[in-house]
Amino acid sequence: MSIDWQMYQSSGFFDELIDDNGRPRQSGQALVRFLSDLSTKEMEAARAAAELAVKEMGITFTVYGEGSSIDRAWPIDIIPRIISNDEWQQVEAGLVQRVQALNLFIDDLYHEQHIIKDGVFPRELINKSVNFRPQCVGISPPKGVWAHICGTDLVRNNDGTFYVLEDNLRVPSGVSYMIENRSVMKRVFPDLFEQISVLPVSDYPSQLFDMLTAMSPRPLDTPEVVVLTPGIYNSAYFEHCYLAQEMGCELVEGRDLVVNDDDCVYMKTVSGLLRVDVIYRRIDDLFLDPEAFNPDSQLGVPGLLRAWREGNVALVNAPGAGVADDKVVYTYVPDIIQYYLSEPAILPNVQSYRCNESDDFNYVVENIHQLVVKPANESGGYGLLIGPKSTREEQLQCIERIKADPRNFIAQPTLNLSTVPTLDKEQVEGRHVDLRPFILSAGEQTYVTTGGLTRVALVKGSLVVNSSQGGGSKDTWIVEEEGL
Amino acid sequence: MLSRVAETLYWMARYVERAENIARLVNVNNLLLMDLPKGVSPGWEPLIDIIGTRELFRDLYDDFSENSVLEYLIIEKNNPSSILSALLNARDNTRTVREVIPRQVWEAINSSYYFVKENAQGALSKRGRFFFMKHVVESAHLIFGALDATLNHNLGYTFIRFGSLLERADMTSRIIDVRSARLIHNQTSRPFENIQWMSVLRSLSAYQMYRQQMGVRVRPREVLQFMLQDNMFPRSVLFCLNTLRRLTEDMPNNVDMVDRIEHSINELRAQNAAKLKDTNILHLYIDELQIDLADIHQQLSEQYFLH
Repeated sequence: MSIDWQMYQSSGFFDELIDDNGRPRQSGQALVRFLSDLSTKEMEAARAAAELAVKEMGITFTVYGEGSSIDRAWPIDIIPRIISNDEWQQVEAGLVQRVQALNLFIDDLYHEQHIIKDGVFPRELINKSVNFRPQCVGISPPKGVWAHICGTDLVRNNDGTFYVLEDNLRVPSGVSYMIENRSVMKRVFPDLFEQISVLPVSDYPSQLFDMLTAMSPRPLDTPEVVVLTPGIYNSAYFEHCYLAQEMGCELVEGRDLVVNDDDCVYMKTVSGLLRVDVIYRRIDDLFLDPEAFNPDSQLGVPGLLRAWREGNVALVNAPGAGVADDKVVYTYVPDIIQYYLSEPAILPNVQSYRCNESDDFNYVVENIHQLVVKPANESGGYGLLIGPKSTREEQLQCIERIKADPRNFIAQPTLNLSTVPTLDKEQVEGRHVDLRPFILSAGEQTYVTTGGLTRVALVKGSLVVNSSQGGGSKDTWIVEEEGL
Repeated sequence: MLSRVAETLYWMARYVERAENIARLVNVNNLLLMDLPKGVSPGWEPLIDIIGTRELFRDLYDDFSENSVLEYLIIEKNNPSSILSALLNARDNTRTVREVIPRQVWEAINSSYYFVKENAQGALSKRGRFFFMKHVVESAHLIFGALDATLNHNLGYTFIRFGSLLERADMTSRIIDVRSARLIHNQTSRPFENIQWMSVLRSLSAYQMYRQQMGVRVRPREVLQFMLQDNMFPRSVLFCLNTLRRLTEDMPNNVDMVDRIEHSINELRAQNAAKLKDTNILHLYIDELQIDLADIHQQLSEQYFLH
């Protein structure tokens, strides 16, 4: 008994592999042929092989507050998500455009604020922004780049179009899983890769390293690049290690670094102090430097901001880049693109209501049972209200929260996220997915990952894909259309 | 090389080496007990003394039965030297320096830990024990082999080898100390004397090498000489110290380290194996040696690790 694709129902959502008539889409034909030939037993064996590979390779993620075991095996579904290369080229262009505009926007906010003076962006949003850092005003990081690494979340709606859901410009994570998912799939279905040409994803670490070295304040052949991690209890620790390892640079904790009187950063080595040029920091702004931000932080390095301001060290992403990582700012991104680049946005935003504007606010209050309400600065799916799945009481509480701080909320229609066939016990069923590509900016050059991390809601009907809340993942294949 | 990383690599290696040595000890004791007459057998108690945690053991267990001792040595969470704890510590250490360790090595340490965690109950039964221990020893060989063959032989590797050899020297000295006490004190013990000394050698996988190297039958004096002072046998204390001495040459600002180790080497060379046959004299010397090894660790820590 193998998978019966005839029985597969896309049930009213846009399915990425199977069209409404139950036939595989053009770019997924070879995959469906391959999967159809597998018996239930072979499918089960493949799933077990994937689980074993994950365990052996030690691909883990951490969930807070789990007490004894701090890491969990990373969940991978073995049916890949396929996107045709033609479509991907469009998405890539849209992402490059978006991140370029966002970097110009951040740089403008910390300097002349033309966009505010020209009336395109309201000043009050900056005054009330929790991620605007007054400490960064007037600073010009190398090549004008603030958000060197961006993880932008994309979703497909019923119309089959990719929409941008949010931009993560602080310390976006997940890219290591994108690469590891591919390694696992190669172990599980080596023969499948012979039949389909899937574009590779493994050059991300070297692209990342090149971008980081390009930011070095000292013109050296081999600048000292380090990855700064909060330590093994951080939920993304696996990734911090992984990237440091792949780039061949030191993974440091705050206690390994020191800023001396010369305002330079050094690391403590067995031979004494060694100067550091570039810090890929995976610690949030407020914990980076107890001298400049949160004085209680044990994770940071006293004086780090001072060294950065003096131009003696590069911080990636730059402190203050998070000002654009705000759901309310998000609603202005199409205007931001138009303003700085004089082009319309290639990738559309999801229609959004700003709770601090009275018309929108009234609409949100009246229709809250149909909307998704998001706080401006939470990540990881925390603090969301999903209207159709909430009680009236929860909705009323949410409205009170909005009233108390309207600038801090936006609302969006509940999206019909697209689905991808996913193995559930012995059968294949559609599960909702999103996609997080990663964009690297080094000034004149911008690099986008080939595809990205596909996250999948493993629970039937669920829209929550975050791994911290039980979501899984799939390998993402960018493929050339067959017969072209 | 970050101070914190050097320290972590050093401990990772010590713990892997420790797990291997404990597995070896258990296996040899198993074989020895089968050879000894019932009623005079020393049982499992000496292993607790070798590990040197008699008090902790007494707090946790009522008796020195086979089951208690094995549980303590294999899976006891409160015993930092149990195989499971050692591998868990090795794994936790490796986790924090995953970026400098070849992936294959991380995978090997990871699977070794899971193997022990999932099969420990099997090791408590007589039948499964041999294979369990064999697997632990082989995993350690795989880990050190993979490190040697895939890791750049840089300063990090120097600290790894340092940790492994210091642990090894320590374990060798403990085995000599506990195992050289006469097992059986009566006239019928003659045939067993030989078995006893053979088992000392076997604890260190040294029997075959001893035969090749010393060319004599197993006699206490030569066994002690071989395990303490041999220049060729990789588990002899002198061999370990000589290697540590060589490793310090790759370390920066190493004058004090070199002096410290050379002092221990000279002391060891000066020992007369004929005299050491006397259990009391041997015991005193091993105490000194243990203090020396602890000093070497202390010196290394002050000089190179994160403060």
